[in-house]
Amino acid sequence: MAEPILEVKDLVKHYPLSQGILFKKQVGAVKAVDGISFDLAKGETLGIVGESGCGKSTLAKVLMNLERATSGQVLFKGEDISKLSGQALKAVRRNIQMVFQDPYTSLNPRMTVGDIIGEPYEIHPEVAPKGDRRKAVQDLLDVVGLNPEYINRYPHQFSGGQRQRIGIARGLALKPEIIICDEPVSALDVSVQAQVINLLEQLQSEFELSYMFIAHDLSIVRHISDRVGVMYLGKMVEIGTDEQIYDNATHPYTQALLSAVPVPDPTARENRERIILSGDIPSPANPPSGCRFRTRCWKAEDRCAEEIPLLAVPSVLEGPAAHESACHFAEVRESAAA
Amino acid sequence: MTTAVDSTRSKRDAPYEGPLLDVRDLHVEFVTRDGVAKAVNGVDYSVRAGETLAVLGESGSGKSVTAQAIMGILDMPPARIPRGEIRFRGRDMLKMGKEERRKIRGQEIAMIFQDALSSLNPVLSVGFQLGEMFRAHQGASRKEARDKAVELMDRVRIPAAKQRVNDYPHQFSGGMRQRIMIAMALALEPDLIIADEPTTALDVTVQAQVMDLLAELQAEYNMGLILITHDLGVVADVADKIAVMYAGRIVETAPVHELYARPAHPYTRGLLDSIPRLDQKGQELYAIKGLPPNLLRIPKGCAFNPRCPRAQDRCRAEVPELYPVTEDDGAPLAGRGSACFFWKETLHDR
Repeated sequence: MAEPILEVKDLVKHYPLSQGILFKKQVGAVKAVDGISFDLAKGETLGIVGESGCGKSTLAKVLMNLERATSGQVLFKGEDISKLSGQALKAVRRNIQMVFQDPYTSLNPRMTVGDIIGEPYEIHPEVAPKGDRRKAVQDLLDVVGLNPEYINRYPHQFSGGQRQRIGIARGLALKPEIIICDEPVSALDVSVQAQVINLLEQLQSEFELSYMFIAHDLSIVRHISDRVGVMYLGKMVEIGTDEQIYDNATHPYTQALLSAVPVPDPTARENRERIILSGDIPSPANPPSGCRFRTRCWKAEDRCAEEIPLLAVPSVLEGPAAHESACHFAEVRESAAA
Repeated sequence: MTTAVDSTRSKRDAPYEGPLLDVRDLHVEFVTRDGVAKAVNGVDYSVRAGETLAVLGESGSGKSVTAQAIMGILDMPPARIPRGEIRFRGRDMLKMGKEERRKIRGQEIAMIFQDALSSLNPVLSVGFQLGEMFRAHQGASRKEARDKAVELMDRVRIPAAKQRVNDYPHQFSGGMRQRIMIAMALALEPDLIIADEPTTALDVTVQAQVMDLLAELQAEYNMGLILITHDLGVVADVADKIAVMYAGRIVETAPVHELYARPAHPYTRGLLDSIPRLDQKGQELYAIKGLPPNLLRIPKGCAFNPRCPRAQDRCRAEVPELYPVTEDDGAPLAGRGSACFFWKETLHDR
């Protein structure tokens, strides 16, 4: 793998739970992100999947430094950015930008498209001097496939797909090296999703961007990602290349998740073995001891309650299927879910 | 379930020939400040007992408005139904009085909404809301209603139903709330259930649980089910037949296997091609160009023509009707129709 542009080491984000009005005392913590490590290489797309409440959006916020990490490190080109503040933080933020889920609420309805896309230049004037900004914004509109003449329009004059393009243009404005996409297409219609996905891929090869692509739609993640990480209750349970995850998943949670994805092919419905998980995801304020998935896992034994499985390559795996999985009983499922 | 709804039971057991629900040439419009938005422009579909019809379409295709018209829960005005029939067991519901329709709603046709949290009343316990069905429709006492609520919660597999019957909606998870919605729809053992995006707000693992439950209950009670969704994956899993909607019209109907194997409308084809599949890591995704139309200004001719790779002059001038789709030798394909002048070419284009 190429030199990593972003290294995340044992990242933790706990939100304290306090009790009492006058004398507040901490009674616990919501463990939203609880010890996550991974690397992101230049030009690579890392997909992050998991159900709601698994901490994937919190992870994005901590990487952006919108939330302070409780502990752990985020190294951008070798420099720890998780503790930066002031000017130093501002300088680093230029390189990591974000595209949000909901194109309806993430754009200010009272600003024109030109102002929205050009606003990053107010904060980082060094990227585009004042006189050039209008031109720069028009170029960006062109890059994301919108008519540059639309620069004076307002967000409500655009459809959902077009708004998401505006959001992407804003993310590109500062010429970042990393873009974190948090569910960028889940609010869009099926026929428009494909357009936006194609745009993201085209921009990646044009500008050598690294993406962290957070989504709950596993088929879209597979389509766009080079590597995929699966999160459950604040932990990374499995990470590997897309083939390793989708064809050779070894963690029971990943297997269940994959088997639950509805396949758009009616011939598959008779001969598909679905794993139906029972119950709901436990509260991150009070996660189960040992392996966090054990309360819903069909393989769980006493050992799972006592010993936390570490994210490592299990010794039973060999060859191209070998990848990191946090399970005591990791193995590739026979008749893997298509 | 041995609830005391024997009156509806005996009625259901009486054989009824023909479809449960038969929608014919339904039109729905909304009067807005900017003009008349034609949300539904001549929809025909029918559902039999025990059958699952999936209505597939993107936002603005009119799939939910059709369902609301069937339920009789459209706000009129601004909505109006200038033409059409909605026949339930052969009787046109649009010609019925308010009181008569109210009796059908809930008892014979029930609806499951997408967002369970906003469909449940946050200040009443779920037991009260479930029991309300029995008190309003069957004059049950509070005690009886509560017992039946527990029974229903058991039925949709909510753990510890007895202890949880007095809990409020916010105390349940998303999947559990959707089960409560299903329980509420099932309460009076309706003949037909309309589920409008029942699992869209849920995670995939929970979605699988909920869809399985719905399918199982449907089979048990031999109910008709109209499943409204935009998710081609969910449709493939549960539907018997499919109606694809675009700009307020049905553009293609087909049994589920045939639709996926051989679509006969360019829009269906485009939708199928544009989904990334787990089992096929693709190169560039096929994308349907352009955007769904504005309902205030539906394009002339075939509404899909500005986005269609096959569009000819004829498509821009004439509105195609839903043509029956046949094999090359003219052998009919049961249940298949396509509103495209070039369905034959599309069918073979694989």
